[in-house]
Amino acid sequence: MDESVRYILDILRGPLLQGTLASCKLIICSAPLGLLTGFLVSTGWVYGNRAVSGLCRAYVILIKGTPLLILLFVIYFCLPSFGLMLSPFSASVLGFIMCSGAYSSEYIRGAILSVRSDQVTAARALGMSGMQAIVWVVLPQAARRALPGCSNEMIYLIKYSSLAYMLSFIELTGAGKMAASRSFRFTLVFSVVGLIYLGMVSLASLLFLWIGKKLAIPGFELKRD
Amino acid sequence: MQSALIFFESLPNIALGIFTTAGLVLIALSVGFVVGLPLGVIQVYWGSSFFSRVVSVYVWLLRGLPSLVLLFLFYYGVFPLFGIDLPPFFVGATVLGLRSSAYQSQIFRGALLSIDQGQMQAARSLGMSRSVAIRSVILPQALRVSLPAWSNEYPILLTDSSVCYAIGVMEMLTRTSLQVSRTRAPVPLYLGVAVIFILMNYIGMWLLHYVERRYRIPGFGGS
Repeated sequence: MDESVRYILDILRGPLLQGTLASCKLIICSAPLGLLTGFLVSTGWVYGNRAVSGLCRAYVILIKGTPLLILLFVIYFCLPSFGLMLSPFSASVLGFIMCSGAYSSEYIRGAILSVRSDQVTAARALGMSGMQAIVWVVLPQAARRALPGCSNEMIYLIKYSSLAYMLSFIELTGAGKMAASRSFRFTLVFSVVGLIYLGMVSLASLLFLWIGKKLAIPGFELKRD
Repeated sequence: MQSALIFFESLPNIALGIFTTAGLVLIALSVGFVVGLPLGVIQVYWGSSFFSRVVSVYVWLLRGLPSLVLLFLFYYGVFPLFGIDLPPFFVGATVLGLRSSAYQSQIFRGALLSIDQGQMQAARSLGMSRSVAIRSVILPQALRVSLPAWSNEYPILLTDSSVCYAIGVMEMLTRTSLQVSRTRAPVPLYLGVAVIFILMNYIGMWLLHYVERRYRIPGFGGS
């Protein structure tokens, strides 16, 4: 027993710490850009002309229909044939951005549609251009309403980040796999890895609750039951 | 042209993976349903009991862990530890199923909560026991309510099933990457298999919509 504890502390200080940092790097690089993609795609879908709207729709359908792992393989193994070599890290980040962009665009689209269209009419009557009305009137409200859904998506992203291991980028899961293969203590190591993921997920959901509270406008809070 | 040839030449081999992938998804959906439904019922109708708390922990654990970590944990850790020697296919299907059961239990919980409390009271006043009332009054309604959200579980499992590549299940992605290492033509093969996944997605969604329409009770919700 004592020996197991020492072993856990050992790998926690060594490979698992580095793995956790690598996972965080993946998540921090892809989450904001994924959200940005989500905003662009959903705005394009709702307000774009036919071509833009169709393009955004096709993007969402394609990305949602393919497994993320295949998307990653396409980016990592197929793009070099077109002269674009990506490192495992940038290929995974690109894949995560595309994937979380497509999924969060659905939440944001729902939120945009829930903002009453009178608001755009009123903004236009005040002399704003259509673009200004969308950016300054609709999106700030939609962003607040989409926050719970998007926070879910970010939690998914934390869990997806383990797939970067399949492109041989050593993040938390990969570090755990390597440590476990050396000591053959798979149950122990992966339980610890799992606990670290649970910790990250719980931290992220607390963070999003806090952001939601910070952004809330008095009188416009989301109703919870 | 060359690419298309390579794709069609590898197609018979990859197509075998369709059955494995479909098998994974079907088993996982069924396991998820069989395990998830009782969990949902426990959470709603035995809300303050000890079991309900156990269920919450189970759901929290399985929803908070990446599927890759769960697969490794069960394939290399838990199953060997208990001396269970299962082929990777069944390990993958079980893990995906258990994971899905956590998600499905929450879908069923939502659906059960949406059924009016008066229904239970009416059934009880007609002399039904609680379990009979749940089985023959509440569940037939709740299952219909839950169908749209439940249909979402299919594309999620379909896309998740490719993660079983990591433990060597011969599903579509595994077969494709074997073909890629043989032919060295990643572009047509990976793009082609992506198209197959999208098609499977569409066919399944279309079937589920059909089931939804078929079992709708006239006058009860939906449009």
